[in-house]
Amino acid sequence: MQYILPLWPAYPELFLLTMVCVILVADLFISDDNRIVTYGLTQAALAGCIAITYLGSRLEPAYTFSGMFVDDLMSDVLKLLVYLGVMVILVYSRAYIAARGMFRGEFFVLALFATLGMMIMISANHLLTLYLGLELLTLSLYAMVALQRDSAIATEAAMKYFVLGALASGMLLYGMSMLYGATGTLEITRLAEVIFDGAGRGPVLIFALVFIVAGLGFKLGAVPFHMWVPDVYHGAPTAVTLFIGSAPKLAAFAFIMRLLVQGLGAEQLLAEWQPMLIVMAVLSLAIGNITAIAQTNLKRMLAYSTISHMGFLLLGILSGDLNGYGSGMFYVVVYVLMNLGTFGMIMVLSRSGFEAENLDDFKGLNQRSPWYAFLMLLLMFSMAGVPPTVGFYAKLSVLQAVINAGYVWLAVVAVLFSLIGAFYYLRLVKLMYFDAPLDTAPIEPRADVGVLMTLNGLAMLLFGIMPGPLMALCLYSIQVSL
Amino acid sequence: MLPGFPLLSLAIWVPIVAGVLILITGSDRNAQAARLIALAGSILGFLVTLPLYFGFDPAASGFQFMEITPWIESFNVNYHLGIDGISLLLILLNSFTTVLVVIAGWQVIQSRVAQYMAAFLFLSGFMNGVFCALDALLFYVFFEATLIPMFIIIGVWGGPNRVYAAVKFFLFTLSGSLLSLVALIYLYNVSQGSFSLLDYYQLPLPFAAQILIFLAFFLAFAVKVPMWPVHTWLPDAHVEAPTGGSVVLAAVMLKLGGYGFLRLSLPIVPEASYYLAGVVIALSLIAVVYIGLVALVQADMKKLIAYSSVSHMGFVTLGIFIFNSIGMEGAIIQMISHGFVSGALFLCVGVLYDRLHSRMIADYGGVVNAMPVFAALFMLFAMANSGLPGTSGFVGEFMVIMGAVKASFWYAALAAVTLIFGAAYTLWMYKRVIFGAIANAHVAELKDINLREFLVLGLLAAAVLAMGVYPDPFAEVLHTSVNDLLAHVAQKAGAAVTR
Repeated sequence: MQYILPLWPAYPELFLLTMVCVILVADLFISDDNRIVTYGLTQAALAGCIAITYLGSRLEPAYTFSGMFVDDLMSDVLKLLVYLGVMVILVYSRAYIAARGMFRGEFFVLALFATLGMMIMISANHLLTLYLGLELLTLSLYAMVALQRDSAIATEAAMKYFVLGALASGMLLYGMSMLYGATGTLEITRLAEVIFDGAGRGPVLIFALVFIVAGLGFKLGAVPFHMWVPDVYHGAPTAVTLFIGSAPKLAAFAFIMRLLVQGLGAEQLLAEWQPMLIVMAVLSLAIGNITAIAQTNLKRMLAYSTISHMGFLLLGILSGDLNGYGSGMFYVVVYVLMNLGTFGMIMVLSRSGFEAENLDDFKGLNQRSPWYAFLMLLLMFSMAGVPPTVGFYAKLSVLQAVINAGYVWLAVVAVLFSLIGAFYYLRLVKLMYFDAPLDTAPIEPRADVGVLMTLNGLAMLLFGIMPGPLMALCLYSIQVSL
Repeated sequence: MLPGFPLLSLAIWVPIVAGVLILITGSDRNAQAARLIALAGSILGFLVTLPLYFGFDPAASGFQFMEITPWIESFNVNYHLGIDGISLLLILLNSFTTVLVVIAGWQVIQSRVAQYMAAFLFLSGFMNGVFCALDALLFYVFFEATLIPMFIIIGVWGGPNRVYAAVKFFLFTLSGSLLSLVALIYLYNVSQGSFSLLDYYQLPLPFAAQILIFLAFFLAFAVKVPMWPVHTWLPDAHVEAPTGGSVVLAAVMLKLGGYGFLRLSLPIVPEASYYLAGVVIALSLIAVVYIGLVALVQADMKKLIAYSSVSHMGFVTLGIFIFNSIGMEGAIIQMISHGFVSGALFLCVGVLYDRLHSRMIADYGGVVNAMPVFAALFMLFAMANSGLPGTSGFVGEFMVIMGAVKASFWYAALAAVTLIFGAAYTLWMYKRVIFGAIANAHVAELKDINLREFLVLGLLAAAVLAMGVYPDPFAEVLHTSVNDLLAHVAQKAGAAVTR
């Protein structure tokens, strides 16, 4: 390992940290009328990160900070997607948070700190770095959920999120400490070598694994650790729900890759965590899809749909080969794209003093605005996995990996539950197209939101017709990084 | 025509591009433009399929007009198109029907015209895609994509119970096809990473796997055909769908199922197809006889025709699974003929429905007095539906019965029952609606069909008669394809197809 610090692998993080501090201070001197400057600075900071990460990306993994931090192609790709995701979130959220008194410096600073946390998670090569990134992310998210402090439901959600999140962090830490006890190292690449050599195998390692998988389950929101998801999704302001539901899933994917695959991916351990993931995946698919049918609140419905999507993601990961990890990455990227569009649409329909968060609020959307109804239709069919939308290819690549790993029955189970899932996505399409509108307020989002929303919706179709490049990129970045 | 000119791509994409154009330019304020673009697009779509027929070499084995371009490289999926005689006829049928549907919806549809027309054009392109695809994933993508426009068509422009019907339609057909996706991925892995149907035809598969794959495919296609007992979505969908939706559903969409059997089930898993043919034949005969009886007692004209479709499609599956060339050719002819006849019958009911807003047989009577021209055309289609010689309905049924006799006398005997039942329910319905005393004042005020309606029904009448009197142009493109398919099945299944 190199002990002279080459700092360049961490340039994006350093840049963002500096920018957050600048924005934090600058915001103090900006009056409420000019808050747009903060917004602009935030977007500029993210754009800067894109440039730095893109220019600094290379195929060979580079380590720094005594091997605690790694910069490889997978981290670059995921980080770029995180920046883009956060930028899109901010564009979608702007009008929404302005109408609810949240268009303040705190929102942007917290969002950037959360982004920094995600970046650190994605690039971590050490259990402590991983944990630090995770905490930076989740602490910012707790605060964001509670940002609307007059809202009882948001405060309740923040409390639940915090308590359960802390519990999950505790489990993770406990698992990590046992891992350290068993192997004597916290560095992920070193961990893999030690376990590969056969040292430290034994019950302690299995215990550590169980705690870590449980902690991961909490963070992902996979059954049986999913209880917080619907309440937080429902209670948080929609802009924050959008944040929680999208970009952090990319970081969570990286977390799993680093910890389970790179650290604990040895053949014998794979056989230990594979069954755990199978149980979690099947339960998530079942409970997520079945419970979603009963929801009348769209945000709760999407929360349960998230649970089922995480089940699908776990299926890709548990197949245990590079192909499977690549399909998992493709799935999570597609999922984030769909999630951005869907929650973005909720915010497009919301206005000052009105939350379009019930399913009935989408009634007759086709008569109010055929174009947005069409975009939402694409998003819903993509969520359901109906071709020719991109959601189909995401499911296809995961199913292919699962069948390749020899679990045909698991693929059949997944397919049957996605059939159940199709029902509630279809119901939204039904409301939009077949029912008469309850609400006739015009839908006229800002121009930038309109353009982005259109791009986002059409991306479902575009990547559906040409899924090849994105798929290949995911697979390739996994192949060169793991 | 230049060799290598992408005719098949045109057949798929011309309607789709026209549909996009309609969505972009047409709005409800500008409905006439949407109609005109739709008409131009559908006619152009039909014209580009004609060179396929004239350029088709009926004597050549294998697939023609092949196009292949890499599509998803990491999965080795190709945009691979090609047709044989079976797909050729279905493509022509599809493109022809689209023109009729656009004309038929000209005045009837007044709300959201652009979306209506676009949905039908998309549907037409997707279905051509199914008939052309030689790549399993491409096939599946087109197969599933057809659900979206049809779901919207039934749900937006349908009758009072349209939501139930649309959701039932979607979930039934989706549930059928999802397992076939698992089967396709399994084949992909077994074939070491290929989605090409032509590769699948050569795969040596263990018998147990064949059975499972056959069942997965069977579920997908049986729901689509639809076969008894998974036909229950069809009467609902037909009754609630707007006239155009019913026409496309009956005329083309049901054929996706029959085509799937011919293109996937039989050649990929021949042993299992052979082994399980008895089951399929039994289900087909139940459909022919039992559903025929069900049709007899319907009070709703559309429901009656829907059940008659199920019964007629029973003939198709019967013809396919008796494994002889005359039966299989008969099945395909029957598919085409049923496309014309059922489409025409739904249009006839649509003509009446547009005037009186009722589909109930009891609300009519003595229509001939007010609408003589319509009554004459309706008569022809009713006769064709009951399989009268000289109409297209006779050719297919006769060939299938001939094939069935070779397989077993009892198959033929049961199948022939349809000639009685078919005549009974169709003509009885016809008699009650058209003849007799004028039932009520509304019927007396009926106006006969206008030029537009006459054009649509007249084109179909010409097709029905032409096919009934001189079926050779339809049959001749089939011989090689059907014989090749049967030979392939026989060779792989190791059983002699002597019949």
